[in-house]
Amino acid sequence: MFAPAPFLLKDVSVSQVMIQVCVALIPGIAAYASLVGPAILVQIVVATLSALLAEAAMLKLRGKSMAMFLTDGSAIVTAWLIALTFPPLAPWWLVATGTVFAIIVAKHLYGGLGQNPFNPAMVAFAVCIVAFPALMSQWPSVGLQLGLIEQMNIILGWAPRVDALSGATPLDAMKTALKLGEGGFDVTALLANQDIYGNFAGRGWEWVASGYLLGGLWLWQRKLITWHVPVSFIASMSVLSGALWLYSPSQFASPLFHLLSGGAMLGAFFIATDPVSGCTTPRGKLIFGAGAGLLAYIIRVFGGYPDGVAFAVLLMNLSAPLIDLLTQPPVFGMKDKA
Amino acid sequence: MLMNLFKFKGGVKPPSNKLQSNHLPIAQAPMPSRLVVPLHQSIGGTPQPIVAAGDHVLKGQKIGEADGWISAAVHAPTSGTVLEVAMHVRPHPSGLDSLCVVIEPDGKDEWITRTPIDHKAAAPADVFHHLQQCGIVGLGGAGFPAHGKLTPSKGVAMDELIINGAECEPFITCDDLLMRERADEVVRGIAVFRDLLQPKRVLIGIEDNKPEAIAAMQAAVDAQNEPFSVVAVPTLYPAGGAKQLIRVLTGKEVPGSMRSTADMGVQVFNVGTAYSAWRAVAHGEPLISRILTITGNVHAPRNYEVLIGTPMGELLALAQPHPDTDGILMGGPMMGFLVPNPQVPVVKTTNCLIAHDDRLFPPKAPEMPCIRCGSCAQVCPHELQPFEMYWFSRAKNFGKTQEYNIFDCIECGCCSYVCPSRIPLVQYFRFAKSEIWAREREKNAADAAKSRFEFKQVREEREKAEKAEKLAKAAAAQAAKKAAEAAAAANTENATAPTAETVTTPAVADPAAAAVNPEKEAKRATIEAAMARAKAQREAVQPKNTESLTPEQQKAAAEIEARRVAAHLIEPEPVASAPASEKPE
Repeated sequence: MFAPAPFLLKDVSVSQVMIQVCVALIPGIAAYASLVGPAILVQIVVATLSALLAEAAMLKLRGKSMAMFLTDGSAIVTAWLIALTFPPLAPWWLVATGTVFAIIVAKHLYGGLGQNPFNPAMVAFAVCIVAFPALMSQWPSVGLQLGLIEQMNIILGWAPRVDALSGATPLDAMKTALKLGEGGFDVTALLANQDIYGNFAGRGWEWVASGYLLGGLWLWQRKLITWHVPVSFIASMSVLSGALWLYSPSQFASPLFHLLSGGAMLGAFFIATDPVSGCTTPRGKLIFGAGAGLLAYIIRVFGGYPDGVAFAVLLMNLSAPLIDLLTQPPVFGMKDKA
Repeated sequence: MLMNLFKFKGGVKPPSNKLQSNHLPIAQAPMPSRLVVPLHQSIGGTPQPIVAAGDHVLKGQKIGEADGWISAAVHAPTSGTVLEVAMHVRPHPSGLDSLCVVIEPDGKDEWITRTPIDHKAAAPADVFHHLQQCGIVGLGGAGFPAHGKLTPSKGVAMDELIINGAECEPFITCDDLLMRERADEVVRGIAVFRDLLQPKRVLIGIEDNKPEAIAAMQAAVDAQNEPFSVVAVPTLYPAGGAKQLIRVLTGKEVPGSMRSTADMGVQVFNVGTAYSAWRAVAHGEPLISRILTITGNVHAPRNYEVLIGTPMGELLALAQPHPDTDGILMGGPMMGFLVPNPQVPVVKTTNCLIAHDDRLFPPKAPEMPCIRCGSCAQVCPHELQPFEMYWFSRAKNFGKTQEYNIFDCIECGCCSYVCPSRIPLVQYFRFAKSEIWAREREKNAADAAKSRFEFKQVREEREKAEKAEKLAKAAAAQAAKKAAEAAAAANTENATAPTAETVTTPAVADPAAAAVNPEKEAKRATIEAAMARAKAQREAVQPKNTESLTPEQQKAAAEIEARRVAAHLIEPEPVASAPASEKPE
């Protein structure tokens, strides 16, 4: 009989980990569906189905066990993150293309579960925003209230994509307004428009971000993530945005606005914390989170894209192996020698 | 006693499963029908057997003599007859055989004369010898001979003597019961260690899930008026690991790769070791029995005092295992192993037998790829990065595993316990370690062979040169002698020769020509002699066991040879003699 010690094992599995990540996304998704539009649920279904199909096809091609890997839940987490970062009224094929690309190229071509150097969901976002910049920038106009059926029709292409239906995210809107105004507008005045900017960071979106924060805290409490990445992500973004905001409040929005806009909270708790593509040492995680937070802010404020989280995370994924190598913690008993 | 405790990083809290076996007092296991006492029961040299089949032995009589300083004697657990000294499976995951003394008890349980030692009056060296002769080894797990750890380290003051009563492995309760029932003698044993080591303080660490043991030990310490601190340490596996307990009690971190904790001014003994040391010192009793927990998938889990050498199957039967039991686990579920068969005997380091079944220990789910979640690194008590070590072990990149300090791994199993991908991490590390050891051995062997070969070459060159020189000298001497003789003869013949010159010239020429022959002659003789020597050597190195065989043996050997040839394991005949001529003298 072959069975090496330990004989007792904790009741944990990869699928349990992935399921809990999905559960932690539910508060954010609920806020999204109720405040921004139920279409997100359609997108989640589209993304999940395409992810599972792509995963199944790749598993078959690679001769891997379907029963073991299709149920591990990792493809579903990728799918949900893609659905949540894409514009909610994006055509279904855009979400499907992004998801299939993520699973096939970003995940399986690199060796599948546990082997991908880049966060698959962020690869999907980056690829789509480069390939379909217009579609990826169309966010539902503020004040637009469409029912589930109408939203579905837009997603599935059964209703015309009227340009008027689509606007920009509050982040993007502010950047454009500031650019167009050439200094004529000022952030305080812009923020006064509560139709767009809500109470503190974009109408509706601020509650979605708060939902992610809540789910993220639950993940931390369940010990599925450590505090390092979210804390350093939020801290670095706050420090940089806070410094610029203090320097010129009329040109730069407050840290609160930035933290609760766009993908900041989702990035801090769900994307930058991806263990496969991120750093693993405690100090490495701090550097990773801080770098992602800083880059996300720089790209979204000074760059050409509506948000910077995806590129920030990908750039940090690129540096993760080196950071890990340089931040190996000293082992037990060797602390004074290190 | 209140004292400032430290924490070690990591650790896990598996269900303790101790309540099943710790509510009944220690019972005496019945005498087995046969005792199989392995000679190798401690770290260090394997004791040499000093009895033979047919000998009658008394209880406590030495049957194996310690081999070297790091080794401890082995004794007969009861009186009886030695049936055989032979190879039997030993309790080790390898399932390999080792030399055992098999004793059939005579039922009289008749002791030898026991000689206690007054450890305060005797010289320390005599006490060490006494402990070694009584076979006292660490009972916590590794079985290091106790006397070897009682010598203070050179140049480092002994700060703390730590007594390990933590017993952090789930299921095991033998130390718990020992402390509850025999605290007095445990504390006396600790006092012996204290007298020998002279530490600044003595700390007895017990996990706080054993309140009865803590109370009993405290009462014994108070009653004997000893300045020992009984410390309740938080229950957290592996708090009973020597280096973790040192950390918790003293704050000192002894690196996993450092063998001797004495170099950091601290020494650790298990409570059971202290108890047996006291029995040896005060009563002259060698280590022939120990307390053992029998638990798991059984009807009546309990602790027993058992004789070393008792077959495990017989012991398990005492606890009435359920019918679906499919194996015996020796040690705890975190670091123990399934024994190869139920006949395997209990040894000094056997602290627990667990009846194994799929309900208690469900079969492991298939291994998934590592998702680098880092859970393993968070629970590693030596603060290693198991997932990195796993990656490189799997890739057989053993150099890298060493860069990640694989030899600091104590194989406690915390990483495997928490891994969501169900990767048997410890197994990978054992594999990597054994591969590294094997490669080092190979390298050392190759280095030794190389230097042997180089030395041989140098020596042969030198011998050749010496021989040539000798030959040249001999030839020259011969020639000179001949020349002298010829000259003498010529002198007598041509005594009337007018001048020396005309006479000497032919005389010299003649012997010189003659000298060519003796030189050739000498060379030929040397070559013949060398060939004869080589032939003699060749014959000498022929395998000795092929001579004087019985016809049956010869037939059997021929058959084996034929099979080998048929199976292409060896090439037929001529190969055999070729290496022989190569063989150095």
